[in-house]
Parts: sequence; C-alpha cells; structure tokens
Amino acid sequence: MPELQHAALGAPDAAVAGSAAPRAAVTLLAAARLVLQRDLTLAFRRRAQLVQPLAFFVIVTMLFPLAISPELARLREVAAGVLWVAALLASLLALEFLFRDDAHDGTLEQYVLSGQPLTALMFAKTAAHWLLTGLPLAVMAPLAALSLGAPPAALPGIVVSLVIGTIALSLIGSIGAALTLGIRRSGVLLALLTLPLSLPVLIFGARASELAILGDPIVAPLELLGALAVLGITLAPLASAAAVRISLE
Amino acid sequence: MNWTWFHRLGSPPHAYRLAQRLTPWFAWPAAILCLLALYGGLVLAPPDYQQGEGFRMIYVHAPTAWMSLMVYTTMALAAAVALIWRIKVAHAAAAACAPIGASFTFAALVTGSLYGEPMWGTWWEWDPRLTSELILLFLYLGYMGLRAAIEDPQRADRTSAVLAVVGVVNVPIIHYSVSWWNSLHQAPTVMRFGKPHMSPAMLWPLLVMLIGFTLLFAALLLVRLRAEILARERNAAWIREELGA
Repeated sequence: MPELQHAALGAPDAAVAGSAAPRAAVTLLAAARLVLQRDLTLAFRRRAQLVQPLAFFVIVTMLFPLAISPELARLREVAAGVLWVAALLASLLALEFLFRDDAHDGTLEQYVLSGQPLTALMFAKTAAHWLLTGLPLAVMAPLAALSLGAPPAALPGIVVSLVIGTIALSLIGSIGAALTLGIRRSGVLLALLTLPLSLPVLIFGARASELAILGDPIVAPLELLGALAVLGITLAPLASAAAVRISLE
Repeated sequence: MNWTWFHRLGSPPHAYRLAQRLTPWFAWPAAILCLLALYGGLVLAPPDYQQGEGFRMIYVHAPTAWMSLMVYTTMALAAAVALIWRIKVAHAAAAACAPIGASFTFAALVTGSLYGEPMWGTWWEWDPRLTSELILLFLYLGYMGLRAAIEDPQRADRTSAVLAVVGVVNVPIIHYSVSWWNSLHQAPTVMRFGKPHMSPAMLWPLLVMLIGFTLLFAALLLVRLRAEILARERNAAWIREELGA
C-alpha cells in the first residue's frame, strides 16, 4: 500500500517546473493527508513501538517516589516538574522513530522528488508523530499525576498543558531528528541538540501544571505555551525540510 | 557598484591571504586595549562602595558574557550567508566561530561563578543570566557535536548551518522564558545589579575592554579561519604554492 501512495503523491505535471501552480492547493492538502494516513497505518501495524514511550513515561515517573519519598505531600510539591521532565524525555525517546525508517527505505527521497512542498509533508509527518506519541502521553498523564498526589481537580489543566506542550515538543524534536538523519548512534547528540531548544516549553508547561495543582488559574502560561506551539507550527517544518534535503544530497 | 571585492571574499585563496594580512591589524590593538583596560580596571578604578574590590571581576566577566552572544550571532550570520549563497568560506568562518564562542561562554560562566561567591555567597545561583549562559554553552556544544558527527564535510557544513540559524531564533525565546521562570520562583533577595550607574572612572576600562575583546575575537577568528581553510583545501594546488612546498 505505501508504494501505491508514493505514486499518488507526485503531482502529474510537477516535473515541468512551474506548471503545477494552479492545482497545487488541492494536491498539497491531499498529499499531506496521504502522508498522515500512511504514517498512522504503519504505526498501528507495529503497536509495540507505540507503547514503548508510554511505558518509559510511566517508569520515569515511578522513579521519583522511589528516589525521593513515598509521602504524597512531598511528591505533590514536585509532581508538575516530574511529569514534565518525564514527558520531555519520553518524547525525546520517541523521536528516533520519526524519520529513521523512512530514511532507510527511501521514502524520504520519494517525498523530496514528489514535487510537493517538502515543508507540508514534514508538517504532516510531525502531526502523525504527535498523534502517536504526544497525545497518548497527555492522555496517560492523569494516572501518573494522581500517583504523584495531584488533586483530581488539577487533572484537566495538566492534560491541556501537556496537549499543547507536546505539540511544541514534537515540532522542535522534528528539527533535531531531521538534523541527525544519517548519523549512526545519534541518540545522545539528538538529546544535546533538542533539549536546550525545548527548555521554554518545559518552563511554561511545568508552570501551568504547577498552577493547576495549586488550584490557581493557568491561562497565562498556557497562552505562552500556545504561542510556542504556533511558532513551532510556522517555522519548524521549514527547518526540518531544509535539514532533510541536506541529508539526502 | 562594483561587487567583485565581495565575490573574491568567497574564494579560499583570497580569503586566506586577506586573513593573513589582517590578523596583526586586529591582534595588536586587541592586546594593547586589553592591557590598558586591565590597568585601568585593576589599578586606576576606585573600589566599589558596596562590592569592594570584588567588583573588578566585572572587567573580565561582562566582556566575556557579551562576546559569548556576539560570537553566536556572528556564527549564525555566517551560517545563513553560507546557506543562502553557498559560500564555502562562510561555512569555514561559522565553523571557526564555534570553539571561540564556547570558550567565551565557558569563561563567562567561570568568572560569573567566581563573582557570585563573594557577592551572593554561593558559587552558583539560578540567576536568569547565569542560566541562559549555561544553555548557550549547550547550544555551542550541540553545534560542535553535530559538526563532528557528520563525516561528509559539505553535509556537516550545511546541516550545522541550519542548526545555527534555528538556534539564533531560539536564543531570545530561551532568554525571556528563563527570566520569566526565574522571576516567579526566586524571591528578589539576590543582589540586583540594576542598570549600571557607574562612575566614569569605573566605566571607561569596561568599555575599552569590550572593544579589546571584540578585536581579540576578530583576530582569533581570522587565525582559526586560516586553519579551517588550510584543512579544507589541503589538496589544492594554491596551498602548495602558498607554503612554498
């Protein structure tokens, strides 16, 4: 099935430079949707890969009660930070799956040659990646938050902050993953590149969750988190498309 | 307007010879200005009425912190120029900037920590400026790590150039989020340095040191740029002529 979709991706007249312009708006959306569909289909055929980052997230949150103290009162103080550090590390771990297989089997080259704007296809890939890793993390977070002593009333705020924050994390991570394409054993380097750029998301996300746990309004950090996500949506696919192009030269 | 001088800058032999010729014009003024500023700052300037003699650390600390940001900006600019116009020499310049910038950043962190001990009573404070500086060091290390990890030199150039441009967009965001984070978490008990109302006797050595450090950076950049060009063009005929081998 993926092969069929590759054939469908190429705009028929794209080979002639400039002549694809009038139809670009329609085919662009269709192409992005195909990429999204393909990534989701492939991921659901390999479910183990989907579960691993989630299991990692739960294990990391479990480390803190063991390392700090089992008292919920003490854990509650650090719960927001623990949740966000665990989410950040889990999303970092999941980045390995974003481009690796597609780079190996030549799919990325097909995308570059398809005549469609690579930026849009990168955005679709990142969106699929967020649906497969970021969103499940946000959905899992209430369990972890409760186990760290967060009050039930705080859960909606924590989930919303993680939903917005993981969008930004996926986009920032897509840049790092694209830059490290073709480097063997790139895990540590990927962390070194991605984590400094993710710090603003961590700061505002953890702040929003902390305010939610304290029962205070969380709008201000959420707005900043949203701003980071919007900035990421605007700029990150451009950067990762440029990096993918360079890696294929 | 005649643009040939600009295009010639992109040619490695020309850039190499120009760098060689310009280096002393930056290195000597840098040495003289730094020594002058050191004398002014350590001997002529009066001790601060609050911070005593310890404030003299600022004559090294502030210029290194300033340079750490300026070198990053220069590196990103060179990277952007190299990406847009595909100029090899600009890639070499960006590559030459990174270790210099990382060293300035490291020096700023160390002097900041030495400054913090007498002023705040701790070696490390999660002050927004110190924290941003630490993050900047990691940005430099990431850039150098990425460059080192890619074997093909042209791909290493272009990939790390994208990273430098991404980083320069992020530096202000990181800086402002860190100060926002800090203002929420930290009671303002730590000494604030406010806007410096420095007396002219204290201020002039600082300004001279800033100029001296900027010239020092230019001189170091030219030397490193020549080394980069030599390494990249090591098989070229003009190098054999140049070195008389």
